[in-house]
Amino acid sequence: MMIELLVNGKKHQVDVDPDSNLLWVIREHLKLVGTKYGCGEGACGSCTVHLDGEPTRSCQLTVKDAQGKAITTIEGIPEDHPVKEAWIAEQTSQCGYCQPGQIMQAVALLARNPKPSDQQIVDSMDGLLCRCGTYPRIIKAIRKAAGKGGSR
Amino acid sequence: MTNSMDRRSFLKKSAACAGLMLAVSLSGFPPILAAEKRTDTGNNQWIPNAWLRMTPDGVVTVLINKSELGQGTWTGLAMLVADQLDMDWKDVRVEASPVRDEYKDPIFGMQLTGGSTGIRNMYDTMSKAGAAAREMLISAAASEWKVPIGECLAQKGNVTHQKTGKTLSYRQLCSQAAKVPVPQNPPLKPRDQFQFIGKNMPRLDMFDKVNGKPVFGVDVFVPGMLYSSIERPPAYGAKLVSFDKAAAEKVPGVQKVFTVPEGVAVVATNIESAWKGRKALNAKWDLGSMPDLNDTSLQRIFMDHMRKKGLVTKNVGDVEQAFKKASQRMMSVYSAPYVAHAAFEPQNCTADVRPDSCEIWCPTQAQTSALNVAMKETGLPADKITIHTTMLGGGFGGKVEVKVVEEAVMISRTVGKPVKHIWSRKEDFNNDCFRPGSLHMIEGGLDDKGVPVLWRHKVVVSPIMERLLPAMVKGGIDPTAVDGIANMDYSMPNLYVEYVKLDLPIPVGFWRSVGNSSNTFVVESFIDEMAHGAGKDPLEFRLNMLKENPRAAGVLKKVADAGGWSNPAPKDIGRGIAVRFSYGSYVAQMAEVSVDKKTGVIKVHRMVSAIDPGQVVNPDSVLAQIEGATIMAISVALKERVSFKNGGVATSSFSDYPILTMSEIPRIEGHIITNNEKIGGVGEPCVPPVAPAIANAVFAATGLRLRSLPMTADKVRSAFKAKA
Repeated sequence: MMIELLVNGKKHQVDVDPDSNLLWVIREHLKLVGTKYGCGEGACGSCTVHLDGEPTRSCQLTVKDAQGKAITTIEGIPEDHPVKEAWIAEQTSQCGYCQPGQIMQAVALLARNPKPSDQQIVDSMDGLLCRCGTYPRIIKAIRKAAGKGGSR
Repeated sequence: MTNSMDRRSFLKKSAACAGLMLAVSLSGFPPILAAEKRTDTGNNQWIPNAWLRMTPDGVVTVLINKSELGQGTWTGLAMLVADQLDMDWKDVRVEASPVRDEYKDPIFGMQLTGGSTGIRNMYDTMSKAGAAAREMLISAAASEWKVPIGECLAQKGNVTHQKTGKTLSYRQLCSQAAKVPVPQNPPLKPRDQFQFIGKNMPRLDMFDKVNGKPVFGVDVFVPGMLYSSIERPPAYGAKLVSFDKAAAEKVPGVQKVFTVPEGVAVVATNIESAWKGRKALNAKWDLGSMPDLNDTSLQRIFMDHMRKKGLVTKNVGDVEQAFKKASQRMMSVYSAPYVAHAAFEPQNCTADVRPDSCEIWCPTQAQTSALNVAMKETGLPADKITIHTTMLGGGFGGKVEVKVVEEAVMISRTVGKPVKHIWSRKEDFNNDCFRPGSLHMIEGGLDDKGVPVLWRHKVVVSPIMERLLPAMVKGGIDPTAVDGIANMDYSMPNLYVEYVKLDLPIPVGFWRSVGNSSNTFVVESFIDEMAHGAGKDPLEFRLNMLKENPRAAGVLKKVADAGGWSNPAPKDIGRGIAVRFSYGSYVAQMAEVSVDKKTGVIKVHRMVSAIDPGQVVNPDSVLAQIEGATIMAISVALKERVSFKNGGVATSSFSDYPILTMSEIPRIEGHIITNNEKIGGVGEPCVPPVAPAIANAVFAATGLRLRSLPMTADKVRSAFKAKA
């Protein structure tokens, strides 16, 4: 069945079961592979995308749920976005696998709250796991992005 | 306009020069640069040796034989080449090398990323590769100007004739350089002339990683590929009794269902259909090889083994006599659980097996092992098998396992099409080769001055090397079983270590710092018990036993100074300290913790870490490893434990295997000590001293000695109850 998805401002027609998982359709059909499978149960956050601007675990949604909503993936965040630039400045990523999800959560946080306190950063990011232990640098990167107008 | 003219004429020239390649021979170390004929590279590139190539725009691509799993090895190894080649950093690129003999690690004799060896095992090879290319460029410039080589200098991508100031860029020299004989022993730049090594260089994989661009194993696409998954036994050794093939085949998208040695493979047009197909199989299994295996029975098995006689792995002095003479004796029992790798990218592999060829894409730490299983599975010779190492979404030792490669190759061969084979998170937990659980009994003794005089240690643990590197097992002794015990960092006049081998169906493997991780928890906790028994300061007590080991003492003093050890700790905070030498580097950790008496929750507020790896290539990467390893080790110390039931693994996801989250991390202060010693590893050595530093800090804060990992809140609450 043809489903229309609006991803990073572009309309895509995908021929899939409407109950297909949004994560796997984004990855394997649209080949936007920056969004990652980590656990498949919403427990790690590696699959985080924006749905109408809200950070959302894409592994917990069907394409049917996402129809008619604006989906943004890591590929849809400009390369010169303050969050991405701060991430590079702090040399944040190690293996890099969970980082697109972390960045999507951070972008959404700063869009809502351009000057978060450290506690607000931790509260917002706490559900996103990182096995390499990049948490200290994620906090620094978000602080840095906030200082440079990370809400853009 | 001039530029494009230059470019065209250059392209012509350099096309003529393509055709030279060097390989680094593996016959000895340091490596020998040997010339190797290559018919045509076809891409207007100069390939001065197996480790790099230069394109007409002056960009040098360094080929890396070590897997990038987050540790920064790609950037570090490129720095070694770029420094000797006197490059401009903006022209440096990296990519994964092919899997071929010339890319084997010269020390291991195989292509493998493990043991924190990436930089130290490849240091000479990569330095020489860069130096050889530099010498060839200088030589080409000298003959162009007809001046002595000694008057020419390579600098930031150019060669300059010092007397006249004439300059030619590497790109201009490339075609001539290709004709120069390959220097067999190029001079290496001395350390005081390094421009990159020892400085913080930005990671070459960082831009791609923040933009979702790197190709991890799961991101591989091959035209016409299918997806596969295997329905596996729920218990170790369980055999398939029945399954509903027709029901699985009815699932939309499922293409093929067939039995494989372990279970049933389902191949489909997408991964979700493959997973649905597996469910539809409704597979039934027998009870397996050890149906009563569970957390309780496992504890009993360990205790039963503790009563058995083991192999003596170390016997120094006379422990029996020393025990009789000791004025103070102590005995403790410690344990550590099975722990999972839980790398975020689950095990996966894409394979395309044809009748006369096989192509594989995989996030592996063990390319040579991957090649071996592919040869075995296909019957093809090595030269018909191409392996592409993708980016790895974490490894921690778990991706030296190549079972997933074997499966992907087998399935692709059977269906005659390329397949992407991905383990689910549950499969990744259920089929992991864990850090082994272990049980320890230790007796110690002090003389009348409170000086330790004996250590008798018995450990029950499963062997790792027997399966992975059997040549390392000598006289039945697996070195990983007693690493950190038999070779402890302290002087101990009477030391007796016994190893009881535990054979269980639970597979165990290399987990970041291997035996050192659990054994250091035990040794450094018991040292602390001895220090308190002697009524001495834990730091002073250790330093007294490290008079022969100045670098171990050095890192301890560093964390003590930086952490304010001699000043009183803040209110309700306990401080603990621990040290361990592993993988060529010395690391000490100091922990500051508080313990909530009501909930039993341990809060780690601060970790002060010091590493002495001798020399450092990229200090910021070392700091990142201090932070990452410390956080992973805190996670393991406080939270992680694999659970078993009904003969198999009960743990299935992050909801029943919680790892440390952002709100639980302490402030981490990393210190790096450098000197003229041989370069050590950095990926693993920060792990071992973390758990004992925390346990020792808990004792300092509460008087509770926690001897069983993980140090969960319920264990703390029971310990408080027992004490009351």
